[in-house]
Amino acid sequence: MKSVISSLSRLLSSREISSAELTDKYISAIESRNPELNAYVHTTFEEAKKNSAAADKMLKEGGASPLCGIPMTLKDNIATDGLPTTCCSKILQGFKPYYDATVWRKLKACGAVLLGKTNMDEFAMGSTSETSVYGAPSNPRNLQRVTGGSSGGGAAAVCANLAAYALGSDTGGSIRQPAAFCGVVGFKPTYGAVSRYGLIAYGSSLDQIGPITNSVTDAAVVYDAIRGEDEKDMTSCPTEKGKTILTPDVKGLKIGLADEFFDGLDTEIKSAVENAVKKYEKAGAQVMRISIPALKLALPVYYIIACAEASSNLGRYDGIRYGYRAQSYSSVDDMVVKTRTQGFGKEVQKRIMLGTYVLSSGYFDAYYKKACIIRESLRAQLKSAFGTCDVLIAPTAPNTAFVKGYTGGNAIEMYLSDVCTVPVNIGGLPAISLPCGKDKNGLPIGMQIIGDVFEDGKVLSAAYFAEEEKLCELEEVQGGVSL
Amino acid sequence: MKYELVSGFETHVELATATKIFCGCTTAFGGEPNTHCCPVCTGQPGALPVLNKKAVEFAIRAGLATHCEINTVTHLDRKNYCYPDLPKAYQISQFDKPLCEHGYVELESGKKIRILRIHIEEDAGKLVHERGFTLIDYNRGGVPLIEIVSEPDISSPEEAREYVEKLQLIMRYIGVSDCKMQEGSMRCDVNISLRPEGSEKLGTRTEIKNMNSIAHIEKAMRYEYGRQAEILSGGGKVEQATMRFDETTGETSVMRTKEDAQDYRYFPEPDILTVNIPQSEVDRIKNSLPELPLEKLRRYIDVLHLNAQNARLIYKYKAACDWFEEAVAAGASPKNTLNLIVGTVFSRLDTEEDKEKFDVGISGAQAAELIKLLDGGKINATLAQMTLAKMLETGDGVEKFISAEDMRGMDDGELTRLCKEAIAANPQAVADYKAGKEKAIFALYGYLKRATQGKADVQKATEIIKSLI
Repeated sequence: MKSVISSLSRLLSSREISSAELTDKYISAIESRNPELNAYVHTTFEEAKKNSAAADKMLKEGGASPLCGIPMTLKDNIATDGLPTTCCSKILQGFKPYYDATVWRKLKACGAVLLGKTNMDEFAMGSTSETSVYGAPSNPRNLQRVTGGSSGGGAAAVCANLAAYALGSDTGGSIRQPAAFCGVVGFKPTYGAVSRYGLIAYGSSLDQIGPITNSVTDAAVVYDAIRGEDEKDMTSCPTEKGKTILTPDVKGLKIGLADEFFDGLDTEIKSAVENAVKKYEKAGAQVMRISIPALKLALPVYYIIACAEASSNLGRYDGIRYGYRAQSYSSVDDMVVKTRTQGFGKEVQKRIMLGTYVLSSGYFDAYYKKACIIRESLRAQLKSAFGTCDVLIAPTAPNTAFVKGYTGGNAIEMYLSDVCTVPVNIGGLPAISLPCGKDKNGLPIGMQIIGDVFEDGKVLSAAYFAEEEKLCELEEVQGGVSL
Repeated sequence: MKYELVSGFETHVELATATKIFCGCTTAFGGEPNTHCCPVCTGQPGALPVLNKKAVEFAIRAGLATHCEINTVTHLDRKNYCYPDLPKAYQISQFDKPLCEHGYVELESGKKIRILRIHIEEDAGKLVHERGFTLIDYNRGGVPLIEIVSEPDISSPEEAREYVEKLQLIMRYIGVSDCKMQEGSMRCDVNISLRPEGSEKLGTRTEIKNMNSIAHIEKAMRYEYGRQAEILSGGGKVEQATMRFDETTGETSVMRTKEDAQDYRYFPEPDILTVNIPQSEVDRIKNSLPELPLEKLRRYIDVLHLNAQNARLIYKYKAACDWFEEAVAAGASPKNTLNLIVGTVFSRLDTEEDKEKFDVGISGAQAAELIKLLDGGKINATLAQMTLAKMLETGDGVEKFISAEDMRGMDDGELTRLCKEAIAANPQAVADYKAGKEKAIFALYGYLKRATQGKADVQKATEIIKSLI
């Protein structure tokens, strides 16, 4: 894995290249490659030029952040003042917030350069980014394949070197799964470690912003820049002081392998993950087989809680204040109904209806309340697992990148592809996905390292071992900015 | 058959915090439309609520002042419904774990109206219908509210009036709200049902929404009582419904029936974690509560032996009571102080608002210096009133207006001389008096008052005049 951020940072601070020059390189790469990749849905080159000019000034003054002057991208659900933020939905067409998300405010202060907003499943609901109103992005490693989702555009941009890094959001795997499909690194921090202010909500108790990068080292640098308590987000928490120190030493590291993650798993994926675990074992890690029975219930719990929260979070898109409004209507009620019917895609409507149903009186106890009870028991079981293990290792997804347009047998099959990632969100845990091999079609396989809450540093260090060991080196995708 | 009225109130009270409940915007009333707004209170995508601690404190204050228990571990819930004045399509409120529970408000008769619960929530914006358009002003959106839910313990419009007035008084006393019904900072939903006198079983209720004046509440309750009684005595059934009250006709009409009742799909607000209130904080708030209005009134009458009618005139105004108590603490007699407030100070305060503020220019302690002279017989009541008026006018202390000479009063010789002058100058009045018109003597007082700048002792002068005539 190549640490793009550290390399670029060296070039910038030694003034071998200016941020303006670097930004131009990225802009021309995007102009030539984005038409086929569709990773970016809004480019913000004017903003990028402003940002890079500011960054060059900061670099000249010295003492700048390691992210200063480095071009990057944000998922289209992260609010940017005066710049399009549409969740890849028709209902937010033309929407430009008048406020910045806390993460973008922090990155801007570091001198980050915003190239644009990246493609995603509409309102982050999906596993392939194909529900985007702008059409699906393509997987840079195989254009016939999906990028995964929902942060598919960000993963594709990083994979194709059309951005040094991307911020995505992860409600049930939306950072990690596309990172796995595209063969890059995706890190979902502990719930509360990164402010959600300005992240357009899908499932508020599960949503978390995190970086998609080319390396673990890069992930740690970006994580350090965006984390910490935010007075604008009551669910945010203080994180460790100082920068994250990565140590590749795994001697004595207790790695748990939960049976439930491996039961019935595709053999190629299973052996790729197990081979990786062997490397850890060889280096002195202690591997233990454990069982976390409630993992089996994580998927229904996730779909109930996420959809319940979404049905409420998405109620505000009524055409009154911003975004799309139906052309003709007979009354306010009619306007709201028509706006929502025309403005939301099918998958979003399905989840709103599902969420409305599980919250409605008469069904609340049977679904939402029960899901909350199971969430607590899963959390308790995870807690006890982390009483004996330092980290868990699991596959990121039970499959590699789907062929585009694949609908499978039914919707359930697509929902099942989230089975390895959703327990992490339900537990509020930190987890990283990194490449650990390739399948017979040459598509990347991702593995996940999961830690206990607020052990983000431990997770990153455990992943750093794989990076140092060159566990899996994927070939560079051509056509992007190369160093 | 005779029917008994059974009524419970849901009262919304706007809390007088400086900023809104989930953002830093001002709560000031009025203002150009949509100028007291931000991404949070207009429900912009991605914005998150941050709970205003002051609002929680005020709600606890309200709960303690109405004898409630405080739930120190609580949370907020989302109440989902779609309406243009509600920009998030849900109101952040409390459902199954209100901040305060199981209290009461006592009426003067000693009857207690039980409080079921008090919870915190955010206010919605306001719709303005203009020239065929509906405009939305979100200035009020996010203003903190408490909803005070009473048990159905109210049995007449008169009791309802007293309950609302007592609530208003309590909230003003403890400084959590100005409770101005005309500005909407206090609004009531009135639940009413009827049952045959003597019956224990509750009848089917209707709810009259959004009442914004006590007079309307009484009117609406009377009308609704009549309407339900007519249905019941005709053998019909009252349908559970939400009603509106038409101020012009004085009638209630059905807004929606139970069938169209909304399903609010309450669930815990994920953007605000569990609210933990340390017991020490509850204790601190409890210790900071002032004496409550009804306690004060009873103390004024029973302990200070004040005239009940006058005590009732003042106890409604917390600032006036504070001023009164400051004067008494400085040594003034309660009786004279109260008389001066009611007679002299109140006459200068025209509006309820002025009386509420009681911004009179001098302190209670300053007034006490004057009142003590009156208490000690150094000056008479008339001079005290006149001097107080001057003090209020100028803000100056008593020494500016009353000299040692004034306080010495007037010797009997001087007074007799002036009485003779008064008799000589008012022959008609004297003749009338002699003819049996007792009141004619007042003309002579007027003369004395003018001649002595109010210093004359009226009682003594009366004796002298009577002996002279």
